[in-house]
Amino acid sequence: MVEKFLKIALVGNPNSGKSSLFNHFTGLNQKIGNFPGVTVDKKTGSAIISAHVKADIIDLPGTYSLYPKSLDEQVVLDFLNNTIDPSHPDLIIITIDASNLKRNLLLFTQVVDLGFPVILALNMLDVAVKSGIKINVEQLSKELKVPVVPINARNGAGITNLKEIIVQGYAEAQQPFLKATDLAPQVVKELKEKLKLTNDYLALLLAHQYRKNIQSLSVVQKAAIAEINKQYNFQSVVLQIQETTARYEIIETIIKKCVTNLHATTTEKISYKIDRVLTHPIWGYGIFFGVLFVIFQSIFAWAAIPMDWIDGGIALLNATLKDILPISKLTDLLTDGLIAGLGGVLIFIPQIAILFLFIAILEESGYMSRVMFIMDKFMRKFGMNGRSVVPLISGVACAVPAIMATRSIDNWKNRIITIFVTPLMSCSARIPVFTILIALVVPEQKVLGVLNLQGLTLMGLYFLGFAAAVVTGAAMNLILKNKQKSYFIMELPSYKMPRWKNVGLAIVEKVKTFVFEAGKVIVAISIVLWVLASYGPSDSMTQATYSAAEYAEVHGLTATETGNLEASRKLEASYAGHFGKMIEPAIRPLGFDWKIGIALITSFAAREVFIGTMSTIYSVGSDEPNTIREKMKNEIDVTTGKPMYSLALAFSLLIFYVFAMQCMSTVAVVYRETQGWKWPLIQFAYMTLLAYAGSYFTYELLK
Amino acid sequence: MDTAPIQIQKNLAQLAIGQKATICCLQDEEMSLKLIEMGCLPGSEVQVAYKAPWNGPICIEVCGYNLSLRMDEAATILLKN
Repeated sequence: MVEKFLKIALVGNPNSGKSSLFNHFTGLNQKIGNFPGVTVDKKTGSAIISAHVKADIIDLPGTYSLYPKSLDEQVVLDFLNNTIDPSHPDLIIITIDASNLKRNLLLFTQVVDLGFPVILALNMLDVAVKSGIKINVEQLSKELKVPVVPINARNGAGITNLKEIIVQGYAEAQQPFLKATDLAPQVVKELKEKLKLTNDYLALLLAHQYRKNIQSLSVVQKAAIAEINKQYNFQSVVLQIQETTARYEIIETIIKKCVTNLHATTTEKISYKIDRVLTHPIWGYGIFFGVLFVIFQSIFAWAAIPMDWIDGGIALLNATLKDILPISKLTDLLTDGLIAGLGGVLIFIPQIAILFLFIAILEESGYMSRVMFIMDKFMRKFGMNGRSVVPLISGVACAVPAIMATRSIDNWKNRIITIFVTPLMSCSARIPVFTILIALVVPEQKVLGVLNLQGLTLMGLYFLGFAAAVVTGAAMNLILKNKQKSYFIMELPSYKMPRWKNVGLAIVEKVKTFVFEAGKVIVAISIVLWVLASYGPSDSMTQATYSAAEYAEVHGLTATETGNLEASRKLEASYAGHFGKMIEPAIRPLGFDWKIGIALITSFAAREVFIGTMSTIYSVGSDEPNTIREKMKNEIDVTTGKPMYSLALAFSLLIFYVFAMQCMSTVAVVYRETQGWKWPLIQFAYMTLLAYAGSYFTYELLK
Repeated sequence: MDTAPIQIQKNLAQLAIGQKATICCLQDEEMSLKLIEMGCLPGSEVQVAYKAPWNGPICIEVCGYNLSLRMDEAATILLKN
C-alpha cells in the first residue's frame, strides 16, 4: 500500500551526475513536457522509494547558480518560486560532485537559503579520493545541517541508502547560510510585504531577476518590484558579486573543517596529455574529422538495413490492407494517406537513432566539449560559437532535434544564427532525392582509380549545404546586432566511460522528439496532400479516367498498366496537378515542368515524398528506385525532343533540394523555438530564394 | 614607489601553458559575476592547462577543475605579481 506521495526535484551543477541519478530513480518511466512559457524540456518520472512511499521526480536543468545565464538555467528559479505549480517539490535532492566540492556548494547554499528541505547526494567520491581529496562526510553533514548521502550515480551505489533517508524524513528548512537582509535590507523587507513572501532570499532573487521570463510574477508585481528597486537604488550586479563572494567565504570555512587535501602540490593530470592531443592544431582537427567520417559512414551503412525493413513493412501492410478492405476512398485515405505518411516518419528513425547514439557517446565521454573548445574560434567568424557544433552535426540527421539542441547556446545572436543555418545542412530526407537524381545523370565510374564519381557528387552536395550554412552565418554576423555579451566560460568535464543507460535513454528521447514533433506535422501534411492529389474539379477527374481507359483500349494495355496510367492521369487532373501547372511558368526558368512542380509541392511534407510522387506521375506503380529511374531516363521533353532529365535539369533540381526549406516540421519548430513567426518566415523566404537563384544559375550554366 | 598603472599588471591571457598564478582581481564587472560563480575568485590559484589552436580559448585549472575561457575573457582576469 502506498501511503505517502512525494514530489522531489533534482538540482545540481552540470556534470554532477544529476541525470544519471534521475535515470536510476525512474528508468524508462520518464516523461518529457515543457515548462510553462518557455521551450525547455521538463523531465519528470515516477519512482518507488519504499513499499509505502512513491515519488514524482523532476529533473531540473543543470545550473551553476540561481542567477541564470542561459534559457535552460532560467527555468530553475522560476520553477522553485512557483508554489502554485502542481509539481512544486516537497524536497530537493542536490547532487554534488565531490571532486569539485567548493564550486558545487555555491548552488547548494542558495537552494537551502530558499527554505527548501534538502538532501545532499555526494557523488563521485571515488574521483575525489583518486585526486587526493578526503572528505569527512559526517562532519560535512553537521556543518551543512542537512543529510549527506554518498552515492555513485554511475553504478547506483548508495541509492538504496538515499531512498531510506528520504523515507525516514529529512531536515526541515533551516537557518540561511547568508542573510539576504544583510545585502539589501530595505528592498528585501518591502518586497516581502508587497508580494506576501515568507522567504528573504526569494525576495532578493526576485529583485534581481524580475525582468527575466518569470511566469509566476504578474505584470503588476513586476512593476512593483521595479519601483522598489528604483526607490532604494538597487545595484543588481554589485550585489550579486557581493553575495557570491560572501557565499564562497562561508563555503571555504566549512570545507576547511571537513576536507583534507592529501597531496598539496598536485601533479599534472594525465588527462592533460590526452587533451593536448585532442586539442592539437593538427591531431585535434584530424581526430575530429575522423570521428565525423566514422559517424557519417555508420549512418549510411548501418541505417540502410533497418530502413529497408521499415520500407518493406509499410509496403506490405498497405498491400495487405488494400486486399482485405473494400475498395473505397476511405481505404485509400488510410493506406495512401495516413499509413504512407507514417511510413515517411518511421523510415528516418534508424538514421536519427544512430546519429544520436554517437552524439550521446561523445557528450557522455567528455569529448564533445573538447570539440566545442577547438571549434569556437572558427565558429565565431560565422556568427556562431563552439556550442553550435552539436546542432550543426545533428542537422545531418534531422533539423528538428538539431534546432532544439540550440537551447544550450546562451547568446541570443549566436543561437538565432545557428537556428537559421542548421536547415542548410543536408538532412537524411534529402538523401533519397540526391541518390536517385545522381544515379540518373552521373555515370558510375572511378576518378583517379579509387574515388567513385557518384559518391563524390553526393559529398559535393553535402559540402555545398555546409558552405551555404557558414557563408550565411558570416553574413548574418555582419547584419545582426549583438544584444548581449557572448561568453565561452565553460566547464571542461573530466573524461569518463559513457554510461550505456544514459546513452540509451538519450537516444529514446531524441527519437521520441522526432516522432512527435516532426512526425505529427509530416502525417498531417501527408493527409492534406493526399486529398489534393486524389480530388480535383469533378469534370476533369472523370475526363482523366475516361481518357486513360480510351488510351488503354486503343493501345491494348494490361490491367496493371491501365491502372497506373489512370492514376497518372488522375494526378494530373487533381488539385495538386492544377497547382503544379499553375506554378509551371515560375519554375520553367529552372528547367522544371509541371510534373516536377507537383513533386516540389508534395515535398513540403518531407522531401523524400519526391520519389513517391514521381512514381505516381510516371505511372510506375511502384516505389522501386530503379524502375522510376528508368522511367525518368526515357522521359522526353516535348518542346526540345531531347531527354527531359538532362544533366542541367538534374543538377538544377539537386541544387534546389540542397537549399530549399521544404520541411514544414522545421518551420514549426523554428516558430516555437524563436517564439514568433518572424524568423521562420525570413528563413523560409531566404532559403527559397537561395534555392531558386542557385537552381536558375545551375540550369543556365549547364544547359 | 608603486605608481605602475593597472595595464602593466599581468593578466591570465599572458600566461604560458603550465604556468601558475594567483588571481588578483577581475576587471569586467558583468563578466566577473560569471567568473566568480565558476570559482575564479580573487586569491584563487590558477594554472594554464592547454590552449586551443590559433588563439582560440584556453583551458585553465581553477578550484580543482578545468574551465575554458576565450582569450579576451582571460584578459579581464588580472594576476598578482
